[in-house]
Amino acid sequence: MIQCKTSKEIGGMGHSVKRKEDDRFVHGTGKYIDDFTLPGMLFMDIIRSPYAYAKITNIDKEAAMAIDGVVAVITGKDLEQYNLHWMPTLMSDMQMVLPTDTVMHQGQEVAAVIAKSREAARDAREAIMVEYETMKPVIDPFKALDDDAPLLRPDKEGQKNNQAWHWEVGDKEATEKVFNEAEVVVKEQMHIPRIHVASIETCGCVANYNKIDNHLTMYMTTQAPHAIRTVFALVAGHVGLTEEKIRVISPDIGGGFGGKVPVFPGYVIAIAASFLIGKPVKWIEDRSDNLTNSFARDYHITAEMAGTKDGKILATRMKVLADHGYTDAAANPSKFPTGMFSIGTGSYDYPTAFMEADAIYTNKPPGGVAYRCSFRVTEAVHAIERITDRYALEIGKDPAELRMQNFIKKEQFPYKSPTGWEYDSGDYHAGLELAMKTVDYQKLREEQKELRKQGKLMGIGLSTFTEIVGAGPSKDFDILGIKMFDSAEIRVHPTGKAIARFGTKSQGQGHETTYGQIIAEELGIPSKDIIVEEGDTDTAPYGLGTYASRSTPTAGAAAAIAARKLRDKAKKIAAYLLEVSEDDLEWETGKFFVKGAPEKSKTIQEIVFASYTNHPQGMEAGFEATHYYDPPNLTFPSGAYICVVDIDPETFDIKVRRFVAIDDAGNIINPMVAQGQVHGGLTQGLAPAMYEEIIYDEEGNAINGTLMDYLVPTAVESPNWETGHTVTPSPHHPIGAKGIGESPTVGAPPAIANAIVDALKPYGVTHMDIPITPYKIFKKLKDMGVLDKPITE
Amino acid sequence: MKREITLKINGEEYTSTVEPRTLLVHFIREHAMLTGTHIGCDTSSCGACTILIDGKSAKSCTILAIQAVGKEITTVEGLALADGPHPLQEGFKENHGLHCGFCTPGMMMRAVELLEKNPNPTEEDIRWGISGNLCRCTGYNNIVKAIKYAGAKMRGDELPSTEPEFVE
Amino acid sequence: MIPSSFDYSAPTTLEEALNLLEEIGDEAKILAGGHSLIPMMKLRFAEPEHLIDLSNVPGLSYINTEGNTVKIGAMTREVDAEESEELNKLFPIFKDVGKLIADPQVRNFGTLGGNLAHGDAANDQPAVMMALNAEIEIIGKEGTRTVGIDDFFFGFYATAVEEGEILTAIKIPIPDGKFGSAYHKSERKVGDYATGGVGVQLTFDSSGTCTKAGIGLTNVNPTPLRASRSEEALVGTTVTDEVIEQAAQFASEDCNPSADLRGDEDYKRRIIKVLTKRMIVKAKERAFS
Repeated sequence: MIQCKTSKEIGGMGHSVKRKEDDRFVHGTGKYIDDFTLPGMLFMDIIRSPYAYAKITNIDKEAAMAIDGVVAVITGKDLEQYNLHWMPTLMSDMQMVLPTDTVMHQGQEVAAVIAKSREAARDAREAIMVEYETMKPVIDPFKALDDDAPLLRPDKEGQKNNQAWHWEVGDKEATEKVFNEAEVVVKEQMHIPRIHVASIETCGCVANYNKIDNHLTMYMTTQAPHAIRTVFALVAGHVGLTEEKIRVISPDIGGGFGGKVPVFPGYVIAIAASFLIGKPVKWIEDRSDNLTNSFARDYHITAEMAGTKDGKILATRMKVLADHGYTDAAANPSKFPTGMFSIGTGSYDYPTAFMEADAIYTNKPPGGVAYRCSFRVTEAVHAIERITDRYALEIGKDPAELRMQNFIKKEQFPYKSPTGWEYDSGDYHAGLELAMKTVDYQKLREEQKELRKQGKLMGIGLSTFTEIVGAGPSKDFDILGIKMFDSAEIRVHPTGKAIARFGTKSQGQGHETTYGQIIAEELGIPSKDIIVEEGDTDTAPYGLGTYASRSTPTAGAAAAIAARKLRDKAKKIAAYLLEVSEDDLEWETGKFFVKGAPEKSKTIQEIVFASYTNHPQGMEAGFEATHYYDPPNLTFPSGAYICVVDIDPETFDIKVRRFVAIDDAGNIINPMVAQGQVHGGLTQGLAPAMYEEIIYDEEGNAINGTLMDYLVPTAVESPNWETGHTVTPSPHHPIGAKGIGESPTVGAPPAIANAIVDALKPYGVTHMDIPITPYKIFKKLKDMGVLDKPITE
Repeated sequence: MKREITLKINGEEYTSTVEPRTLLVHFIREHAMLTGTHIGCDTSSCGACTILIDGKSAKSCTILAIQAVGKEITTVEGLALADGPHPLQEGFKENHGLHCGFCTPGMMMRAVELLEKNPNPTEEDIRWGISGNLCRCTGYNNIVKAIKYAGAKMRGDELPSTEPEFVE
Repeated sequence: MIPSSFDYSAPTTLEEALNLLEEIGDEAKILAGGHSLIPMMKLRFAEPEHLIDLSNVPGLSYINTEGNTVKIGAMTREVDAEESEELNKLFPIFKDVGKLIADPQVRNFGTLGGNLAHGDAANDQPAVMMALNAEIEIIGKEGTRTVGIDDFFFGFYATAVEEGEILTAIKIPIPDGKFGSAYHKSERKVGDYATGGVGVQLTFDSSGTCTKAGIGLTNVNPTPLRASRSEEALVGTTVTDEVIEQAAQFASEDCNPSADLRGDEDYKRRIIKVLTKRMIVKAKERAFS
């Protein structure tokens, strides 16, 4: 149960406060990027490559320029004059803004058209004639290092092959020794598919360069406005656009999920166009362009587990081949090229592990782009949770029992993992017990036995994961050198109402409501009296933005601490007003009173008013505080998920009968909002588990790049999610919160995959790669020669 | 080929010169400047552009502006009642039926017709009824709840609880 | 996404529409509900120079019973067929198929005539019309002609509707005796085109013998396909489990699916077999209920 310390009127932590941002959204008055229209605004459309790897031999602009309303056609050669044709990625790799000679993936930007109307821009896009000389692309990452593979990145100094980097962690020799001596070793090769965030709003911007002032205002869909402004200054500083002359405004965002973290070429081209033409330029990405131009995941993982015959896990080993496309444009912290993949030792207590990864360049869109996961945790969790089930299957032990046997116990926290993390807190047994009780696990297993006797396929899958979020402590975490702190600034007006600004940026997470609740909890000012603002780099304090479940762990903490600074000041003012010593005062939500004389008190509103009207001599006037929070550690949310599926034995249609998700995200700010995050994340976990994957043919064509073939689940595919929680506060976080946004996306896929593999156990299936579709089950059983074979338990 | 057309949106007339190829959604957003109706795809898949034409829910990205001449068009801006929000607007807010808000106008406009035809829908009716509208944020649980709530309110029944339910 | 430029006319009579068709020639395209055509135009897969919108032509949207025939106007919206009690009392297959075509908004505007005239084997109504043994009424400058559904589909996006002609109505015979119909398709997610779909109508005499069978298959052939051998296997029998198995087997053998993202040939044949079996059972149940 969630305890509230404040009244409903104050609306502090633990209250399901209705969201403030919703009024404008339900009335259609939210303001998203495509809703901006500036005087004289031009429209940009982008010509894209039909080939995965080709030399551009000619770009004929003539027919396009002849179209009424077309103002300019911009190519890589045009940008080259200003040295704007390449830009750094957030991983310090390089990415083309527009190519001067070679295209590296299908769908890559080749040229841009600027026109007075959307229609003219689109017509010109069709009219531009580009001639290509195609080359044999590198599509299969397993062949990218072959001797005869072309060197894709000759622009990189010293680059001899298509390997981007190698990374490893853990004790290789010790792990090998355990594996050599173990009673049981299991191994599976798995692929975590290339998927797309597919937020319902695509990306876009309006670049407005003012020649007279030499100032750029950039309205854009970004989750990290401050960091992006810095990147723009790094790219364009040499042409005079230095950081103080750039204002980034991130308006209402129609879903981000990580896909709006990177700097896409379209943004930079729009800026260049506005800079060259001197008018505002709008670029709104088409869905088809959006779906073929940035991706997440795409890890090929060999996962191994060593253990005893009776179920004690002894060691794990994982080897990753990471397909990064033609450039590493991920958004991981600098020191962590595989992000937090090393969390993949899981929720289990064992001393030995080794992991390594090789990143490969291929002729695919750039990326490893973030997607609702704290930097590769999804891949890691899938590997550990799948291989744990594989181990249980091998030794004939119930997967729930095996997990209970191996969990890190709550008294072992803080727990040092074999890959070097210090898990802050957790109670894994309690979470799984609650999930098992909710579904009546034993009864389900009995039912499964019965159904198998009747030839019916039913499966039960578990996933008991540990997340790692809240990047991050400045000693280890930075992006392009900028430390991953985040910030809050609170200004309380004389009448006791407040505005608070943050370095983060909500894309639907409800910050306008929840940050207010944190401040209400600390200061006793009703959350409804607090306006929360984000996304304008001219007004908000600097921060690294919203992704990787980091807003609550970082900016949320900053809010609490800034509010505490104000409470300290309030205490001084109260002491002055009540003519007592500070030591004689006690705090109760919303007021200070004199110990033993509660009738002698000053409310926070009275104190704030005094700070402007009657503050003690020598004290700074006003009631404002700012805090930049540098977390001492990451936070480690966890979850216990159970999925039950029924599979039609003839068509192999898969029906998720039940899905129970028990999360532990520490203290919860707003249960309604937190639950909403879990619901949404679960559907985004269902998606790659059963529906979504971008598929390439041998020539590098993405063959399902529209919403007709990229199968985003509807309300019919998505089951009724049952959710609950255990509460194990983070011991180091100011409000004991851990972050919730990504746990469900991370935890759901292995639960679903494990359930389906469990359903197919009578056929001898030990593993299937996600997305698992009816057709894939058919193929698997056919390939195994067991199609329509009678089943028995 | 441009011609002047007048469309009636939310009871008001908007006259503008358009090409026949101008899509209704572009007329609504860029000529009438009613930007509550959104665009989320190019294949009639997502439903973010859903509006009502003579009371029928329609994907305004798949209809030409010129086809809508003489019809009554309703967008999210015309949804609220004279004395306050529409029960669906209330339902979505009270039940956390939206996160980013981008799909919400289309989702609600679809639900208007759904509830009109079926005032007391089951969960399954609702799920199938909104199958032409994609939401990437909510996982749909609370959209179902929001539409049920609005149905109850419109029927004059006792309102269901808007508190989140957890397994315990 | 914006279509290429085109001109637009909205005639108010069929005669006017036919005149326009003749005048403009093969660059003209009829706009019915527009829910197949406009998406293709937005992606610029189709670039007609002139659209002739039939919405203002009165008298093309109706569901009428005339003697032993139900006549459906070409501009009848999918939703109206799905929700028509009169139609579904006779042919519940319309409720089955209605729920599975795209989504509610598309069904509000997409028309039955447009669905058929588009000539796409992935559409669902063609298989339904085969099961029901429908006839298609087509008007031209020369007058009206009627084409049996088996002579209607020619090839990819090609039908018996010739240049200068307009599809005006669909005629469905009401069988004698007890009859029942059903449709289902396998889809990757709701609203998807069929991995494979099967429409069935069975007619029985008073002794319970099947006198007529119609089986249409969706998206497993370049054109909508009639499962003739399956039909023959059923006629003259009481549709026992063995016969059903045999008919389903024939359907899976006689279709010509091609491999794509939805599955390979073998998988699609399996889907057709399973669905044929299930739809025969359902149609039979409905005939006797």
